[in-house]
Amino acid sequence: MNALILRLLVNRVALALLSLLVVSAVVFAITAVLPGDAAEAQLGQDATPESLAALRHQMGLDVPALERYFSWLRGMVTGAPGTSVVTGMPVGDMIASRLPNSLVLAGLTTLLAVPLALALGIASAVWRGSWFDRLVSSSAVAVVSVPEFLVATLAVLVFAVQLRWLPALSSGGVDSGASLADMLRAFAMPVLSLCCVTMAQMMRMTRAAVVDQLKAPYIEMVLLKGASPARMVLAHALPNAVGPIANAVALSLSYLLGGVIIVETIFNYPGIASLMVDGVAQRDMPLVQTCAMLFCAVYLLLVTLADLCSIVANPRLRHR
Amino acid sequence: MNDLQKLHGALDHTGGDALLQALRGGATRRDLLAMLMGGGMQLALATGLSATALSAHAQTPRRGGRIRVAGATAAISDTLDPAKMANQTDYSRGTMLYNGLTALDGSLTPQPALAESFTTKDARVWVFKLRKGVTFHDGKALQPADVVFSLMRHKDPATASKAKALADQFESVAATGPDEVTVTLAAANADLPVVLGTFNFLIVKAGTTDFNAGIGTGPFKLKEFKPGVRSVAVRNDAYWKPGKPYLDEIEFVGIADDGARVNALLSGGMDLVAAVNPRTVERIKGTPGFGIFVTQSGQYSDLIMRKDVGPGANPDFVLAMKYLMDREQMRKSIALGHATVGNDQPIDPSNRFYFSGLPPRPFDLDKAKFHLGKANLGSAKVPIVTSPVAMYSVEMALVMQQAAQRIGLNLEVKRMPSDGYWSNHWLNSPVGFGNVNPRPSADTLLTQFFKSDAAWNGSRWKNPKFDQLLVAARTETDVARRKQMYADMQVLISQEAGVGIPLFLASLDAHSTKLKGLSPIPLGGLMGYSFAEHVWLEA
Repeated sequence: MNALILRLLVNRVALALLSLLVVSAVVFAITAVLPGDAAEAQLGQDATPESLAALRHQMGLDVPALERYFSWLRGMVTGAPGTSVVTGMPVGDMIASRLPNSLVLAGLTTLLAVPLALALGIASAVWRGSWFDRLVSSSAVAVVSVPEFLVATLAVLVFAVQLRWLPALSSGGVDSGASLADMLRAFAMPVLSLCCVTMAQMMRMTRAAVVDQLKAPYIEMVLLKGASPARMVLAHALPNAVGPIANAVALSLSYLLGGVIIVETIFNYPGIASLMVDGVAQRDMPLVQTCAMLFCAVYLLLVTLADLCSIVANPRLRHR
Repeated sequence: MNDLQKLHGALDHTGGDALLQALRGGATRRDLLAMLMGGGMQLALATGLSATALSAHAQTPRRGGRIRVAGATAAISDTLDPAKMANQTDYSRGTMLYNGLTALDGSLTPQPALAESFTTKDARVWVFKLRKGVTFHDGKALQPADVVFSLMRHKDPATASKAKALADQFESVAATGPDEVTVTLAAANADLPVVLGTFNFLIVKAGTTDFNAGIGTGPFKLKEFKPGVRSVAVRNDAYWKPGKPYLDEIEFVGIADDGARVNALLSGGMDLVAAVNPRTVERIKGTPGFGIFVTQSGQYSDLIMRKDVGPGANPDFVLAMKYLMDREQMRKSIALGHATVGNDQPIDPSNRFYFSGLPPRPFDLDKAKFHLGKANLGSAKVPIVTSPVAMYSVEMALVMQQAAQRIGLNLEVKRMPSDGYWSNHWLNSPVGFGNVNPRPSADTLLTQFFKSDAAWNGSRWKNPKFDQLLVAARTETDVARRKQMYADMQVLISQEAGVGIPLFLASLDAHSTKLKGLSPIPLGGLMGYSFAEHVWLEA
């Protein structure tokens, strides 16, 4: 088993490094063909050729593109992703000020969404065809079909504006002086909105995977030897279903870091997705690229973790 | 002029103090009338006076309190460097932390600020006397060197100043005394005090390279600044304006989403939010405890008809289009009443150089038809280029399209995406819409948009007489004579330029009714972005 995991890990790390290199080159190429650069974005209508040239020199944009890419890459390899051309602050510091916020939001959402999705998914697999299964499945489809901006906006209108139970903005939740109660109140609506988006997919995948296993002949054997229904599902069916479930969970979670721009916008939450969008709007290449690397790395990490999970959980793979 | 000065002026004796005291003590208008009639005063004066004094009674500012304010933009490029300030979020923070040599009032007339006085003989050499005893937030005294540094740094291309084009007119800025700075211009400009009252020319400490500390002479000191997220500023107890500011602390955040901004206000999370959509006005007004603060300003969206290519080359087509604008309907149905009707003159009624003598141009289909017939364009379609980024231009073009159908003119409304509109379509389309933000002075506006060689002269209107008047008005220091020159220029533009200006748009901010002291400064919303030192919170 150890050999299998080791081989997978070595393979994955090598592939991940290659992917990151390719992604960085692609992101750089795409941003290079965007109209305008950081100097034009900053000067806007007031740009004159003279001030543009001066600002470009100041921002280091007057060196050839390839040279800029490689110097950024060198920095990245040595752990220094460079400085933002717009703010002059180190990119590492800018990300460090936003990443914890995003991790808190993603973490809280995960804590709530994953157990709930798994529980609901398993329950509806066990009682498939019942009114419970139909209710859960159809509401999952309904919730996932409603765009998150609608969910979030309606939640704000009801809970913040009408009832005044919760704050309309969530930025207060990460203030240094915020108490636990403040935090919970601030995070209630964004976490709820994100749960709506992410839960349905995980739940339906869990249900499908478990149902698949429950139809297998070995389950009949388990029943014949007299195992309880709980044991049958949790100890026998579930371990074999972990593969697809873990992958669905990984996909949903990777979305929580970079894909939550709408929720960040509606709740004015200073997360890393809006930092990257800002970076694109200002044509701040070092920032955009470092964010892209980060999202890509997190995605690869989660997918690898999911594969590890399915190996470790599956007896047949584990004992090979 | 404050209330007391108005009273002194009106009464012309020192009894005004006693009178104002009586009013603050709660004297009614009837009591006041009796007092004034007893003193032989006229009824008309009494009425005006009681209005002034009663407002003074109702508005005794309270000290203390903390407010949260939301601007409409937030980005990592948020800056506290006056030279780089580019939007309302930057401007609002700028006026909390810094002062200019001058400050613009409700009619955009420059008033003394860090400069106690400014004088000139020829509008070319200007002497600014600095206020004594002003200190920066770190305790250093304001000196001429700070002013020289703050003004001259804009000329250095490496500063990448937004105001470089304006600063290029400074031939020299020099300290000419312990508290005196002399600015010499390349050519006369009577509006220099106006220019120096704008945000990019706020005064910083000599030699500053890192502006994130926000050290200025302003009413508030910086406590926290995270670009793209928020700033917190606390009261500067050593502020040079006696009694000001009123508030203890201001938190300023940028919320880009319109809906989120209004929801934040209505849920009690904010006390003042900038730039609300006219369509949410009724909702805000309908919620108890909230109000709308309207700033009628010089912002306009204009129909530009190029005089060098396309149908606009024919003056009759231009006139026909101007008569085709149903301005009143546009005001009511597009701006929902939050606008004033324009008369194809680019100077708006809130400006001190607005010319009110121009006869209003009516919505007149007969005249439009007559001029269209004279233009003899045939039955060809005329495309009008619009974009949501030029505020209301799509809707305005549709209103015109409807009217044009009634006289047999086929206008084709082309709606372009916001991205790249300014560089690709604005100024290039034969007939299309643009948008102009409020400018601090009539001269700036006319120089940028109507002078024959102006880069943004969208209609390519060239009139030597206009250019002469423009330059002459710049050097004229007599305000009455200047006003006449600007009137002549407005008549020329309204009659000849290929620009139709249907409306002047208002800026709308929303606030908690506990927040007092807001009064418009037509440089933009949020009191021309300088609300910080003026507003106070009701107990």
